[in-house]
Amino acid sequence: MRFSGIWRETRARTAVVGEAWVVNGRNGDVRADSGQYLAGMLGRVRLMINAQGLARTFQTSNYSTVEAVRGIDLHVAEGELVAFLGPNGAGKSTTLRMLTTLLPPTSGTATVAGFDIASDPGEVRRCIGYVGQGDGAGHMQRVRDELITQGRCYGIGAAESRHRADELLEQLQLTEQANQKVMTLSGGQKRRLDVALGLVHRPGLLFLDEPSTGLDPQNRANLWSHILRLREETGMTIFLTTHYLDEADAMAERVMVMDRGEVIADDTADGLKADLAARSDLAQPTLDDVFLDLTGRSLRDSFMPAVAAAA
Amino acid sequence: MHFTRPKPFLFDPSESLTMSTTTVSTATATRAEHSPLAWTPQPTGFIHDVLTVAIRELRPLIREPFTLVFGMMQPLFFLGLFGPLLVRTSGLGEAATLQWFVPGIIVMSVLFGTSTTGANLLQDITTGAHERMLVTPLSRSSLVVGRALKEIVPVIGQAVIIVAVSTPFGFEPHAASLLGIVLLAVFGVGLGALSYALAMVAGDNPYVFWMVQQSVLFPLLLLSGMLLPLDDAPGWMTVLADLNPLTYLVDAERALFAGNAGADALYGAIASAVMAGIGLGVAVKGINKEAR
Ligand SMILES: Nc1ncnc2c1ncn2[C@@H]1O[C@H](COP(=O)(O)OP(=O)(O)OP(=O)(O)O)[C@@H](O)[C@H]1O
Ligand SMILES: [Mg+2]
Repeated sequence: MRFSGIWRETRARTAVVGEAWVVNGRNGDVRADSGQYLAGMLGRVRLMINAQGLARTFQTSNYSTVEAVRGIDLHVAEGELVAFLGPNGAGKSTTLRMLTTLLPPTSGTATVAGFDIASDPGEVRRCIGYVGQGDGAGHMQRVRDELITQGRCYGIGAAESRHRADELLEQLQLTEQANQKVMTLSGGQKRRLDVALGLVHRPGLLFLDEPSTGLDPQNRANLWSHILRLREETGMTIFLTTHYLDEADAMAERVMVMDRGEVIADDTADGLKADLAARSDLAQPTLDDVFLDLTGRSLRDSFMPAVAAAA
Repeated sequence: MHFTRPKPFLFDPSESLTMSTTTVSTATATRAEHSPLAWTPQPTGFIHDVLTVAIRELRPLIREPFTLVFGMMQPLFFLGLFGPLLVRTSGLGEAATLQWFVPGIIVMSVLFGTSTTGANLLQDITTGAHERMLVTPLSRSSLVVGRALKEIVPVIGQAVIIVAVSTPFGFEPHAASLLGIVLLAVFGVGLGALSYALAMVAGDNPYVFWMVQQSVLFPLLLLSGMLLPLDDAPGWMTVLADLNPLTYLVDAERALFAGNAGADALYGAIASAVMAGIGLGVAVKGINKEAR
């Protein structure tokens, strides 16, 4: 486990009290290089995600199980944008599915937006938005209809839902496809619709599972500028997974790397890069270098996920 | 591609400077205070949720009403290509035979339509649309109840089409037929709900859904006296037919479409109500188990 930067620092100086973290330390500018903090009190930090020992094991057959997530701790403060990275099969989507109440954890607890995912899943769902890795829109539905339905699902009025649908169609450049069946959309158009569906109710906490996969460069840039604008306006907290490391580097205040069900790094992108520079002969490592250093260079096709004999 | 790094969206420094070492927020406040969010959607009622789901399901049907006819191809073939044979063998003449045969065909179209409706949910499960709806605040049970209630619309649509097609050939619907359609709708809601429950069990394995659906549908259909009278059936078959809820529905429809609201209609009404109760119960239990 390699923790560095502000989060290691913060961890050492904090205590969990109720739903809030009480931080008695120096104020950290997360953009600053690892180890450089501005002086000052941090005061109260509200945790939007607070998970302890979250684990999930899947039964794959009578004889074998897969430990997809192995007891991870997650702490995401209000307003943060955290990128959750890791190789295929690392357990990112499984983690997101647990935090969004879709999948009960095998062990561990978590509060999301202040509510316990096990005892208060309904309240959690009211507070969050989720864009899954698969298609979110029904294939037989029309694009605009599905956006309107989504608004209605969150109790938004019919007229307001229509207005919001049109607004999002325009912002994500889907107006021309408004009356098309979802089935007939291109891959990138479908992906933009999925993200639009997650934004309809302007959630305070947004989970995005590979939102930009399959988008061309223009649409990626447009998507991000839209999400960041929304964030400026609403103070939305964002927890996202991506395989585009340049995105994570440019946008996320914090990067977490997961591998084989465990969180193996948790720091700012700059912190991780500085850390690698200090340990290796790379003068200016990129986040790609960091990622490969942490997770290894070998292809994962040969990697068998941990298989444990069923008890 | 160029990204500009956003301003850190963290904590208001002026606020934190005034604070000393500890600030504690308790977990026992009202929802607004408890949740870090400034705004969260208000709870919606069960009826709102059910209607939202039902309307979503009906939209493709409203956009393309013609799809209604695709779902009833088999029943229409039976009407056109099996009916004439029945007229010959029954020796009762066209009008009397149709009076017996058409209600059975209407039930058949309800059977085909509502038992396959789980395929829509199956598709939403495999694509991820179902998962997306599970993350919304919609109540779990509304996700199946809304879908099942939507079946009322195609059931009525298909019954009306079949009546319209067969009336010129001598079929004569009576006023009591309307009650017959109500029973069909209730039965359809129950069977539709079971179909959704089956889709949830099948999950990512569509073949499980189709295998079970087919192996339940055809025995039910043949053992209901829908296509041929069961009067001369062997004893064991009569016993099975008596256990088949569909038998009572078919008999009730024949009575009601002929204008008799008697005991047969009552048994049909009971069978439909039981079907709806069991179907909805199983489906609601299924979705509550699958997703909390
Ligand atoms: N429903 C399931 N049943 C069995 N195994 C599962 C299930 N869901 C996930 N797994 C396994 O858990 C592990 C983690 O999967 P997960 O989808 O969380 O990975 P990921 O980090 O999101 O990968 P990717 O980048 O490819 O999306 C994988 O080995 C996967 O095969
Ligand atoms: Mg994934």
